[in-house]
Amino acid sequence: MLESAFKLLEIFIIIALLIPIAAMLVWVERRMIGIWQDRLGPNRVGPGGVLQSLADLLKILGKEDWVPQFSDRSVFIIAPVIGAVCVLMSFAVIPFSPDIGVSNLNIGLLFFLAMASLAVYSVVLAGWASKSKYARLGGMRAAAQTVSYEVFMGLSVMGVVLLTGTFNLREIVLAQSDTWLIQSQFVGFSIFLIAGIAESHRLPFDLPEAETELTAGFHTEYSGLKFALFFLGEYLGVTLISAMSVVLFFGGWLMPEPLASWLPPLVWFILKILFFVMFFILLRTSLPRPRFDQLLAFGWLVMLPLALGNLLITGALKLGGVL
Amino acid sequence: MAKIDMALSSDWSMSAPVPVIDEILTLSPSLKLLPVTAAENIVDDISSFWVDRKQLSTLMQVLRFDLPQPFDMCFDLTAIDESERRHKASHVGDFTVSYHLRSYERNQDVRIKVSLCASDKNIASVCRYWPNANWYEREVWDMFGIVFEGHPHLSRILMPDTWQGHPLLKTHPARATEMDSFTLPPYQQDIEQQALQFNPEAWGMKRRDKDNDFMFLNLGPNHPSVHGAFRIVLQMDGEEIVDCVPDIGYHHRGAEKMGERQSWHSYIPYTDRIDYLGGVMNNFPYVMAVEKLAGIQVPDRAKVIRIMTAEMFRILSHLLFYGTFVQDVGALSPIFYMFVDREKLFGIIEAFTGARMHPSWFRIGGVAHDLPKGWDTLVRDYVNYLPKRLDQYEKMVMQNSLLKRRSVDVGAYSTEEAIEWGITGPGLRATGFSWDMRKQRPYGGYDQFDFEVPLGHKGDCYDRCRVRVEEMRQSIRIIEQCLNNMPEGPYKAEHPQTTPPDKSRTMTDIDTLIPHFVNVSWGPVIPVGEVSTFVEATKGIMGYHLISDGNTMSYRTRIRTPSFPHLQMLPVISQGQMVADLIATLGSIDYVMADVDR
Repeated sequence: MLESAFKLLEIFIIIALLIPIAAMLVWVERRMIGIWQDRLGPNRVGPGGVLQSLADLLKILGKEDWVPQFSDRSVFIIAPVIGAVCVLMSFAVIPFSPDIGVSNLNIGLLFFLAMASLAVYSVVLAGWASKSKYARLGGMRAAAQTVSYEVFMGLSVMGVVLLTGTFNLREIVLAQSDTWLIQSQFVGFSIFLIAGIAESHRLPFDLPEAETELTAGFHTEYSGLKFALFFLGEYLGVTLISAMSVVLFFGGWLMPEPLASWLPPLVWFILKILFFVMFFILLRTSLPRPRFDQLLAFGWLVMLPLALGNLLITGALKLGGVL
Repeated sequence: MAKIDMALSSDWSMSAPVPVIDEILTLSPSLKLLPVTAAENIVDDISSFWVDRKQLSTLMQVLRFDLPQPFDMCFDLTAIDESERRHKASHVGDFTVSYHLRSYERNQDVRIKVSLCASDKNIASVCRYWPNANWYEREVWDMFGIVFEGHPHLSRILMPDTWQGHPLLKTHPARATEMDSFTLPPYQQDIEQQALQFNPEAWGMKRRDKDNDFMFLNLGPNHPSVHGAFRIVLQMDGEEIVDCVPDIGYHHRGAEKMGERQSWHSYIPYTDRIDYLGGVMNNFPYVMAVEKLAGIQVPDRAKVIRIMTAEMFRILSHLLFYGTFVQDVGALSPIFYMFVDREKLFGIIEAFTGARMHPSWFRIGGVAHDLPKGWDTLVRDYVNYLPKRLDQYEKMVMQNSLLKRRSVDVGAYSTEEAIEWGITGPGLRATGFSWDMRKQRPYGGYDQFDFEVPLGHKGDCYDRCRVRVEEMRQSIRIIEQCLNNMPEGPYKAEHPQTTPPDKSRTMTDIDTLIPHFVNVSWGPVIPVGEVSTFVEATKGIMGYHLISDGNTMSYRTRIRTPSFPHLQMLPVISQGQMVADLIATLGSIDYVMADVDR
């Protein structure tokens, strides 16, 4: 009884921390992009502008909660919720530190992949239920993009599973106590990261919302709190992909010895995540967007064979006892 | 660095001694062509003649196809309502339709005029000779009510479909105070709403073929990538564009009509707003036209100042193009860096003129002020600064492989197509055709400057961007030559019709005081005549066709803008593209809606 109460408290704390972190990320991103683009970015609310997201939230709460008459009402409302919930569910299997983590699921990695696939329903349903042509085009793009990219996202992490022999994320981290998997799985990591960017619809893979083409793509018709939920989902997604990269390839909370004793494991984990989040933001400021067919061709013709090849070679080396 | 000597400069003038009229008559002796008379006083050297409207098609056939070096470009097509003209030759009727054709092989233009009477405003369409005459004829119908027989889709283009009357008729009011107060009762509102509905059948489009239902996507008039108020109706099969209809007119402000109600001088600020990114580049053809009519010689210093500021605005416009084009392709950052560069250059413009985007700085006979003290330091700093930045952008943008994938071989057209559709400027040079007005027909002193004409070779989006980037470097070269060779002397001509007139002797001399008073209060009276002048503006060739009836205001102001034909070509280049390609193509055309609609 007491144990499950503690578990509930842990879940509550993690959610209560994750959502403000995602909100803060919005500010971090805007500020960093501002600086990289020779501008200031939001710096008015609070010291250095840190409270900008709070101000945005208050503004969004004050907006009319509008549902277009032409839309499919119930689906329209539920779509943004699906996205945010799926991403939050994925965090259940993330091991934050040796003793923090909601669930020690023995199929944690599969659970993550399943949730990532479910999240696409959010975008597709939003595009469908809006009954607007721009939203529909965005939804179509999202469906095609996610279906293509999750195929080799799954394949790219199979190398990790081969080497560690487990789907349990906590055990994967512990298996990296000597060497991080990035050393042997660099190709797998690159593929995973690219697929992750595509899954979270960030530039250069932001085709479902492609502002200059589809105005706002799948969320064209959304406003107020529901729009904010999409935003939340996107930034949680960025955090999730960063966290997964760290867990799978960069040793999770582990650090080599002199460094490990300087800071607690949780802080190391967060710092590593932050590094990848910054990388996501930097990508957004620097790259143009490929065309839809180019994106799919890149996925099926380049990434998929690469992921398969990586899996084959890893398997061969494992069998040969090299790794 | 080359020395320039403005005293040696002379404007381009037609060198062909054999008038094209003789050539036409040898090919088709039955034609009756009437050369323009001295009374019409056409002061540019475009060979002009009148033809009876019954013979128009025969003449056009000869000009377009039968002549050895044919006139392959319909450069401009417009009309004039002659009903209130006081100084009018006897053969001029109630309306004149004026065709301005160009042959690049001859480097020669002709102007053909056809007279119409008010009771029978019909004339044969020339769309089958030049496809880009389509929009021009629609515009003339819209503005004057002249019917072009055989036109494929003669409908309103700039005014809404529900508009009553034809705005450029002299009988149509020009000011709100001459009209009844505006009302929009509910039934009228319903009619207006109905008129906005797109009817594909009216455009010869099908809603479905045997395999697919097409989707019609309304892109604009308010969309992040249409750069202004511009609507394109896309007929799509999935994400592929089957056909499209550009719909313009949302930015129409009646600039040509305003020209008939403003004094010669007070119209200058209106010209700034035609291509609103071009600043003083817009003043350039207008003041040159008035100066030609009045016979004013511009002093050397004013010429060099004009060239320098015009090239600055070319850089300003191209930098904005560069940033927005890349942004349309999806890269968010470069535009911010380029805005920093623009900001610095606007600082210099502000130091010169006191204004930034729309300085209205050229005057009839010169410029408004002399350059401020220390101007050369400002300009020299910038001339040293920009090329380094352009080198950075080269790596960041032009060599980016994603950008190349998105723009190479996208939205391409050949030189022949470009000429057929009236494309000028960087869009034409991107196809590999070397024709820059500043080289081929120098004006305002450009013949003294040393610069190159950058060319592309494929005519795709990438080349259009490439040409503009190189043009910025050439503009820097021209500015540097201005900087090193700025002549001393007056910045405005000494001529009674310059504006504002010279005031130095007014307090001592009644014969100067009276003309000064008249020219300031009424504005100068420009002699009767007609003239067309053109410049190589930021987006292509921009020109003014002015007709003076010996008054303080222009009788007819025709503005030939480059963006208008550029947009007309859109359906030709966008067929079969994806939506994302269309956005890249739109970005690479570099149009300004104010320049299209005027």
